[in-house]
Amino acid sequence: MKQNIEVPALARVEGEGAIYIRLKNGEIAQVEVNIYEPPRFFEGFLQNRYFQEVPDITARICGICPVAYQMSSVQALEQAMSVQISDEIRALRRMLYCAEYIESHALHVYMLQGPDMLGHESALTLAGEHPEVVKKALRLKKIGNALLKAIGGRSVHPVSSCVGGFYRWPDSKNIKALIADLEWAVQASLETVQFAAGLTYPEFEMDYEYVALTRPDEYAIYDGEILSSKTHQSIKSVDFEKSYLESHVKHSNALHSHTTAGATYFVGPLARLNLNYNQLRPVTKAAAESAGVTLPINNPFKGMIARGLELVEVCDLALELARSYNPTGPSKMPFKVKAGEGTGVSEAPRGLLYHRYVVNEQGMIQFAKITPPTAQNFAQMEADLWQFAPQVLDLKHEEATLACEHLIRTYDPCISCATHFLTLKVDRE
Amino acid sequence: MNKPTVAVYKFSSCDGCQLSILNLEDELLDVANTVEFAFFLEARRRTLPGPYDIGIVEGSITTPHEIERILEIRNQCRFLIALGTCATAGGIQALRNFGKVSDLAISVYPHPEFLHTLETSTAIAEHVKVDLEIWGCPVNKYQVLEAIMALLQKRKPQLPAHPVCLDCKRQGTVCVMNAQGTLCMGPATRSGCGAICPANGRGCYGCFGPSPNAEYKNLALTLARLEHYPGEAVRLARSFSGHAPQFRELVDTLEKIEVK
Repeated sequence: MKQNIEVPALARVEGEGAIYIRLKNGEIAQVEVNIYEPPRFFEGFLQNRYFQEVPDITARICGICPVAYQMSSVQALEQAMSVQISDEIRALRRMLYCAEYIESHALHVYMLQGPDMLGHESALTLAGEHPEVVKKALRLKKIGNALLKAIGGRSVHPVSSCVGGFYRWPDSKNIKALIADLEWAVQASLETVQFAAGLTYPEFEMDYEYVALTRPDEYAIYDGEILSSKTHQSIKSVDFEKSYLESHVKHSNALHSHTTAGATYFVGPLARLNLNYNQLRPVTKAAAESAGVTLPINNPFKGMIARGLELVEVCDLALELARSYNPTGPSKMPFKVKAGEGTGVSEAPRGLLYHRYVVNEQGMIQFAKITPPTAQNFAQMEADLWQFAPQVLDLKHEEATLACEHLIRTYDPCISCATHFLTLKVDRE
Repeated sequence: MNKPTVAVYKFSSCDGCQLSILNLEDELLDVANTVEFAFFLEARRRTLPGPYDIGIVEGSITTPHEIERILEIRNQCRFLIALGTCATAGGIQALRNFGKVSDLAISVYPHPEFLHTLETSTAIAEHVKVDLEIWGCPVNKYQVLEAIMALLQKRKPQLPAHPVCLDCKRQGTVCVMNAQGTLCMGPATRSGCGAICPANGRGCYGCFGPSPNAEYKNLALTLARLEHYPGEAVRLARSFSGHAPQFRELVDTLEKIEVK
């Protein structure tokens, strides 16, 4: 391959991005993951909105992971107003989050990354060769969406979550009706692990700094402390901005995240799995063992195996939560509106999602800050391409281009999410 | 015979409306056998050259480049569908239309001078002729399916536009305005979501946009009377479909009431 690699419009990612790799005398001279998704100014127009509107507005940052935005924002606002939620509300929020993981991971494993692994351009052509694979994926995805609908009224931008809990407890019979489907989903997820573990991945490893939420008692998704694989220290959400910085760099024209030490870091399923394997449910650990998975996994392409294992985890957890769902007590905690500041962090399917708000005594938002997972991974994606591109330079141009695209797709980039991303101006020689 | 070609485009948006197409889990493979998704980047890598029979556009116009792109797309597509409230009314990002972009940019970006953005977020129909609008934030996936099927069958799509308030009555959902004193946009909002907000014990927030023949004056008076804090009704009307003309008029009416 002698030409520059240019992918003007990345396919099978959420949002709009491009890759540009410039060669000079056969060496990589420049690497850019370009984002031309227009900025939408969410933090700007959240100002002077009433706090209870925030979960509905931030959901619109991303159509694939609206629940993540709702969960990080309600936790931040509850912290700001000193609201304690009940165990039952927390359990229902976890079930809602599981539903989003099922829908999002099934989509990514089978319809976004899967076609790359199986030599197809899309799940639509894959369906011609392996209809059973695509039908299984669609059924799994449908179960996630059905659970989202049962709890939140609809699968995209669900409407039931609020600061304090839920506007109303979802109807028990709608949730119990999904138990048989969830039992099937656990089996389908176990098969997904076998399927993902049996594939041959491109050989590529990086010495990543993984960052994810962690809890001693459960595989952290809804809440927890922020753990780094390099420092081995966990910090509370209020200290996130002391350790992880965003900068608006002119040469790339986008907000980049780095640790305070200036290093790139990696968020997402691989980070969670590598950091929190011990907290996985027994069925998930057994699936990992029987598939011969050994940790740490430092190959980003194998994020697919991590997603498969997480599918087992969330399907099995959703099943347990659906079986035990029997709400009593208020669906929404009573509280007084008061001035304050709060931070909330949860694990979106594609990685850590941080929110911070300042609220005045009338409950109006004075300040909002949102750090989405893809913005945090952005610098890491470019660092990966610097290492990975030389490895594919000898391939035919089309194959090299596809390999680089595949690498970016493994991150499940949610470019619409990354509201900080700007139009990128590229200077070419 | 060649299959009719469909192109799906994204402008400023969250991807949720395109995702609604992929969320047609039971129908997607049949749809893909009936039409050719010739351009649909969220779903596939392969693209076929235009022109296309049906263009589906998600998102609003917020950058100078998007103005140029929508003109090209209009030329490429025989029938153009604006998909979702961003495409039909400018979406949530049209909140910028009520302030100054420079104020917003400073609050989000340390170096706003790097931005290339318009002062407004506008609907597709404000730039090119749109043949069909499908409202919703997000759209109802079955309305998308209905639109595609109707086009193939050369009939008019059945997309009801009556106020969602009627759907609550049909479903037997207790009125949240009457029973709880909760503000609700249902009397003025287009049907399509299934009246899910009142069914979940809260008021409608108007994400399916204005219903053409609603009683806006009466609604303004009721909303103003039920407010729990000053400005609640204005914020409710000025949210996901706030740039739609009828909702802008509703805000004007509300502001006159508040001045009184």
